[in-house]
Parts: sequence; structure tokens; C-alpha cells
Amino acid sequence: MIGDGSIDRLRREGRIVIVGASLAGLRAAETLREKGFTGSLTVIGDEPHPPYDRPPLSKQVLLGKAAPEHTTLPRRLDVDAHWRLGHAATGLDMAARRVRLADGDEVEYDRLLIATGVRARPWPVEAEAGLDGVFVLRTRDDATRLHRRLTEETRRVLVIGAGFTGSEIASACRERDLPVTVAERGSSPLVGALGGVIGEVARQMHLDAGVDLRCGVMVTALEGDTAGRVRSAVLSDGGTIDTDVVVVSLGATRNTEWLAGSGLGAGPRGIACDAGCRAFDVRGIVTDDVFVAGDVARAPHPLFGYQFLSLEHWGNAVAQAEIAAHNMISHATDRIPHLWVPAFWSSQFGVNIKSVGVPALGEEILVTQGSLADRRFTAVYGHQGRVIGAVTFDHGRWLPFYQELIERTAPFPPPFPTLDRRADGRGPVPAEFPDPSVPTHGPTVTVSGYSPADRRITFTPGRA
Amino acid sequence: MTDTSLFQQITDYANRADPYPLYTELRKSPVHRDETGVYVVGGYHDILSLLHDPRISSDARNRAEQPGGSALPGEEDEGDGVLPPTFLRLDPPEHDRLRAITNRPFGPPHSPRRIDGMRGELRTIVTDLIDHLDGGDGTLDVVEQFSYPFPVTVICRLLGIPRADESRFHSWADTLVSTLDPRPDVDTAERVRIAQQARLELGMYLNALLDERRKKPGDDMLSHLVAGNAPEGRMSGMEVLATAALLLIAGHETTVNLITNGMLTLLRHPEILERLREDPRLAVPLVEELLRFEPPVQMLPNRSPIADIELHGVTVPKGSPLCLVVASGNRDPARFEDPDRFDPDRRDVQHLGLGSGVHSCFGAPLARLEAQLALAELARRLEAPRLLEDPPPYRQNAVLRGPRHLRIAVDGVRP
Repeated sequence: MIGDGSIDRLRREGRIVIVGASLAGLRAAETLREKGFTGSLTVIGDEPHPPYDRPPLSKQVLLGKAAPEHTTLPRRLDVDAHWRLGHAATGLDMAARRVRLADGDEVEYDRLLIATGVRARPWPVEAEAGLDGVFVLRTRDDATRLHRRLTEETRRVLVIGAGFTGSEIASACRERDLPVTVAERGSSPLVGALGGVIGEVARQMHLDAGVDLRCGVMVTALEGDTAGRVRSAVLSDGGTIDTDVVVVSLGATRNTEWLAGSGLGAGPRGIACDAGCRAFDVRGIVTDDVFVAGDVARAPHPLFGYQFLSLEHWGNAVAQAEIAAHNMISHATDRIPHLWVPAFWSSQFGVNIKSVGVPALGEEILVTQGSLADRRFTAVYGHQGRVIGAVTFDHGRWLPFYQELIERTAPFPPPFPTLDRRADGRGPVPAEFPDPSVPTHGPTVTVSGYSPADRRITFTPGRA
Repeated sequence: MTDTSLFQQITDYANRADPYPLYTELRKSPVHRDETGVYVVGGYHDILSLLHDPRISSDARNRAEQPGGSALPGEEDEGDGVLPPTFLRLDPPEHDRLRAITNRPFGPPHSPRRIDGMRGELRTIVTDLIDHLDGGDGTLDVVEQFSYPFPVTVICRLLGIPRADESRFHSWADTLVSTLDPRPDVDTAERVRIAQQARLELGMYLNALLDERRKKPGDDMLSHLVAGNAPEGRMSGMEVLATAALLLIAGHETTVNLITNGMLTLLRHPEILERLREDPRLAVPLVEELLRFEPPVQMLPNRSPIADIELHGVTVPKGSPLCLVVASGNRDPARFEDPDRFDPDRRDVQHLGLGSGVHSCFGAPLARLEAQLALAELARRLEAPRLLEDPPPYRQNAVLRGPRHLRIAVDGVRP
């Protein structure tokens, strides 16, 4: 194919379809145009809104500092695309190169980019999930509804799950002076992503802010009144919480159901692709015309043993979208790999948390700068004698250095002194991640096996 | 050794007007070791990573004694033994504590509108200065008549120096700044004496003012610093004094050069000056490009490693003086396309002009706003400005580089 001008023709007059009109979809569309793609571009999205930014939804929006409709993503340029918003893609015919839409229409492509992302995992008992006052927080509409309810008279908010989103919601509630209970299955907030040592710091942050934090318990049932409004929650320890607003914050589910039967390597953990963002089919053979980017993608990372990483990270979505867009319209030898080091941030209880690498792979942790007690520190995670991740609390300016250590597979513990080393940092201690065999909330990074056809995961909140 | 002579050339006044070809030489190897023991780094990526390296100290106490004493230009500005070191020359956690307390009344999250709230006041100061620019003979000195008095007035307002005292303040600042600028025609002992006298007077003045603010606080920064109600703790009296002096000196010393360098650059690029005249919004990207192209702080000379560190096969030993030439990094072709071209339309201008990491410029938001307002107004109001001398005479200092005078001719000053 190389040299026959097909790529040039594709760039000039090809048809590119992007499924997913959020951050990754938008950035990919922009990159295609920036790189000189002049063909037809169609962007399909199930929500009626133009692309918007999600991080403010659990922070500024809940605080009333930003209106949900003002979180539109800034456009780098006019992408001159055919936007098909409000119509979900429902199927893919790889042989005929067609995407089916919910309205029955079909769109043909020469290259397809899948960026359908994830959605909030709902409360598993449908009848209870349907009670008035039970919310999830993923979309702009979710944020609008939740914000509206929080501004009405609320006796107590119950947040189920103390991952990053759950903790941010709890933080926003406290900042608005709303009574809030947080129920967390693990031993502390953030334990799945950052381990128990850092989880203890997070626990203190919740308590100091006046959160009624219940760790090591699960919500086993939500109960409503005759009007169908949520009134209380039953806990696994036998207790009950009187509440009129419940926010279910139990992680996310990848939007891949629409690809069932398509022959693409898509499952509950996402869509497997190579480092160049080309999707695998179920046979493990890489496709040439289907690409993947953002939260729904799952790509092998050489730094982490070529394991397939799925990342629900803002920066990853941007970087991967740009690389996918580039590779879609490039010759094989011009393709570039997506070697982004996982990185994310969170803002809660007045503290700015940043992380790089994959802390969840760490066995041990060392506080290299600052102190846990001050909640201003940098800690590094070690995995089999090398640095695998780092987290900072209000110490983000040091993070690039630690990212370099991860990229260079530097030894753990680092053999050199650092500025502001305190008693906390005398030596590494176990990072205290929960036993992976016990299901907990979904961490923001998952490292999965090598097979794209995973077993189905069932969430069972009733299990001890 | 060519490396040795290279750093000497960089600090040599003869090359002050255009050090950039020397920086190109500097970047040919990642680390230059000067014979006085200084390690000099000029590559963008190396500088950036060293600025985030927790093994690099800014504290003079972590520096091994060098044979022959202080070797670096620009080191004269501190360490007179009178005041404790400011956060500029401290490492975390002391640095973080003092900087956080100082930041409280200055910027986000506690005072997010402090700087932007000064916009109107800054514009009035700029207007006043420009109204008085035309000297009658159609020539003026941008430094003396504008880019020096402007930031001093601003820092006085910010700190809460009473208007009536501004002129005394100007004169102390003037003296201190001129003594930072060693001139061969002034006797060293005499210069030191004058500087000490000015510093003493300034210190006594600030001390009295701080006492007043303790009793009768206002909304200015000095009042907030002496009030000492920050959760990070309170500063000692000496720390407040040192911080106030730092804000005064650092708060205008660099901005003078930023504005002057900016005007010089615009006069050398008349088509961009014309664009700015027509569209003052260009000032925002223009100032960013300026901070890349002609940064007022050319190098950060006060670093040293607390452990042996390796950089591209060269070991920089623990305690050795390390000089990061940010102005060289800003012109590194490995980072910026066509780096020697001044291009305000450039995208992705992640320059090193305001540093990076924990010591990144404290006053950055104020400096940016001052330069944006100043350059846009000068461009709008000066009629047919042209350089009378190119290059203009520079100040001695290789670290804080900028013209001593910028004489220009104008056809008039627009209302």
C-alpha cells in the first residue's frame, strides 16, 4: 500500500468517523485538521451537548462557582465536522466499514476512531437506583441535577465510595456546609489508587472537614418513602443513615456494549489496542482502520511490563487522541507510539493531589519530601526494586523529577538525599494496598492481563 | 580551555549587548565546568529538569567554600549578614513556609483578585508617566522616565508605602540598584559604604512602617505580613523585614528590564510595534514571547547540588556552584523552532524566563500585567518612536541584564 498514494488520497478526500464527542473525540478531530486532513469528518456523540470538560463537574460546578453549561471545552480551531450529537452509535460492521446509529442511520468510514469513554457505574439494584434523590456524577446533566438538589434543602448527603470522585463530592458538600456521610468499603479513602499509607492522610482530611466517614462498611440497601424519594441507607454493619441525597460513586463502566458481536477486541475493560492506538480484533490481530483513544482504550505500556493499561485520565485522553489522529493518516513508518506516563490530579479539602506512574503497582512507599502530618509531601512507590509511581499533596512542582525517575526505571528506594527529607522519609514502608482478590471500587488506573476477551466483572455490594 | 573562557566571555561586559552567540556555544556541551569551579548549564531540557530536581539547593549553606570566594556574578545582592536569607535563598520547608505566608495577601487561592484588581491603578500610573514623557526636544530616555519609575511606584502601592514617602523610597531603591551594578569608575569600598547606608536607612524606615501597620493595619501586603495570622505560622520581625526588602528589590529590578527589553525589541521590530499599537490584546502573547526572547533574568547562579549528580555523563559534585543559564535554554533549538526569531504568534511558549519549580517567579502575575499595560500604552501613545542608539548602553550585571538607558526620538506623544 505504501507508495501507492492511498494515504495521500485518504488525507485529501477520505472519510473519517469519530465515535465519542468528548475530550478525546474533540482533540482527535482538531489534530486531524491541524495535520492537514481535508476529507470529511463526522463526530458522533450520544449526549446532545457539544464537547465539555468533566473535571469541573465534581468541583467548581458542585460549589456553584461554575455553571454546568459553562464547562465547554475550548476549541483550538474550527474542525469543520459533521456533528451527530444526541444519537448513540449502536453497532459496527467492520467488513463493510459502517457505524450504525440509534436513529437507524449508517455512516461509512475509511478510518474509524472510537473514543466512547466510560460512564458512571450505577447503583446495582435498579429499583433503588431509580429512587428520587439517588445520583451518579459523570455527565453535565448529572452535575446539573445534583447541583440543583444540593441547593435545595438537604438534610444529609450520603456518598457511596471514597475514590477520587467520591472524595471530591464530599469535599464540595462540606465546603457548602452540608452534612455528609461517606461510606467506603476499603479501609480508608483513596486506598485503591494510593494505598493505605496515603489513605490514612486522606482519612484525616475527611475527618477534619467534618465528614461522617465510615470505612470498612458497605451500603447494602437504599430505602425510599411512599413518594419514591430516598430516605435512608442500610449499612453492612447494621447501621442506617438518614439521608435525602445519595451520590453513587463506585467507579466507571466502559462504553463498549455497542461493539458486541462486531469482532473487535472490546469488553468490560475497554478496547485493546497497540501502542499506536490501532484496535485489536477478537483474534488478537491488529486492525488498520479502527483506532481507539481515551478512557475506553487499553494499550500495552513498555514501562509497565507491556501490560495493557486503561487510564481514566484527562491528560491521557488528550495525548492518546493526538497520537491516534496522527497515526490514522500516516504511513506505517511515520506512526508514533503512545508512551504517555499515567498522570492525574485531584482537588479536595483544599489540597491539590497529583500523581504520576502507577502507584497501585507499588509494594512499598517512601516519603521523600515534606511530611504526611503536614499534608504537604511527595511520596514514591517502589515495585520490585524500581520507582513505579509518585504522588504529591500540595507539592506538585517536584513531580516532573519523579516522572523522570519512573521513565528511567530508577532504583527504589532512590539512593540519594532530597531537600526537605523528614522523619517520615527515613525508609520505605509497605504501601498497604488492599488485597486485590477482594473487590473494591475501581481505581483510576487498571492494569489488566494480556487477553482482550476478559471475563465479565460483576459488582456485588452485598458481599462481605 | 575554551570552556573557561566561554563563561568569562558571557560575564564580560563587552558581550552584554548580545550574549546569544555565546549561549549557542554554551549549548554545544550539556555542562561547562569553569576553572573557578562553577558548572554552567545552557540546554532547555536540562535546565528544566534541574529546576525540578530535589537534590538542587538554593541555600548558600549547602555550597562548599570555593577557592577565591564567590565566583558568580550577581551574588553581591544578598548575604550582607544584616537580614536573614529570604525565601529566594532558602530550601523547603523554610522556603515553603515563608513563600506561602507572603503569597497569602498577594495571590490565589486567598487573594485571587489582588493583582487584577490593581489594573485600573496601574493604568493610571502608566498614563501619568506617559503624560510627562515629552521632554520638549523630541528625545527621551525610556529607562529613566518610564520603565524605572513605573514598577517602583507599583511596588510601593502594593506594599502600602505612603504616597508621601514614595520619593524617599525611590531614592533608596535607586541607590541599592545602582550599587548592584558594579562600575569600574566607582571605588568598591565607597560603593559598599553607600549601599550599607541605604540599606540601613531603608531597614529603619521599613521597621517604623511595620510598627505602624502592627498598630493600625490596612489592606496592604505589609499589614498582612505583620498581622501574622496565616495558618502556616507567623514570620519573625526580621523575616518580615527581609521579605519586605526582597519584594521591593525583586519587585521592580526585573520589571524595569522586562519593560525596557520589550521596548527595545519592539523598536527593532517596527511591524510588531505597529500591530501592538493597533491591537493592545497582542500584549499578552507578546510579553510571553519577550520573556523567552529577552528574559530580564538571564541566569540562575545560586544553585548547588546536595549530592553528586550526573548530567549526560558529567558528574557535578555535591556543593559545587551551579549556574543555570535560562536565557540560553530559551533559545535552544532543541526546544523552540527558529529560536532566534522574535515571534509573538508563537504557540507553545513554555519559556524559562520566570523560572520553574518551587522558586518560579513569585511576582510573575504582577510583572506580566505591568509589562503588558506598559508596552501597549507606549506603543499606542508614542508617535514614530525610533532608537537613537543601537545597541543601547547596558548595565554591568550579567544576571539581571538590561539597558542602563534607552534613548529614543519621538515625533510627539499622543493624548
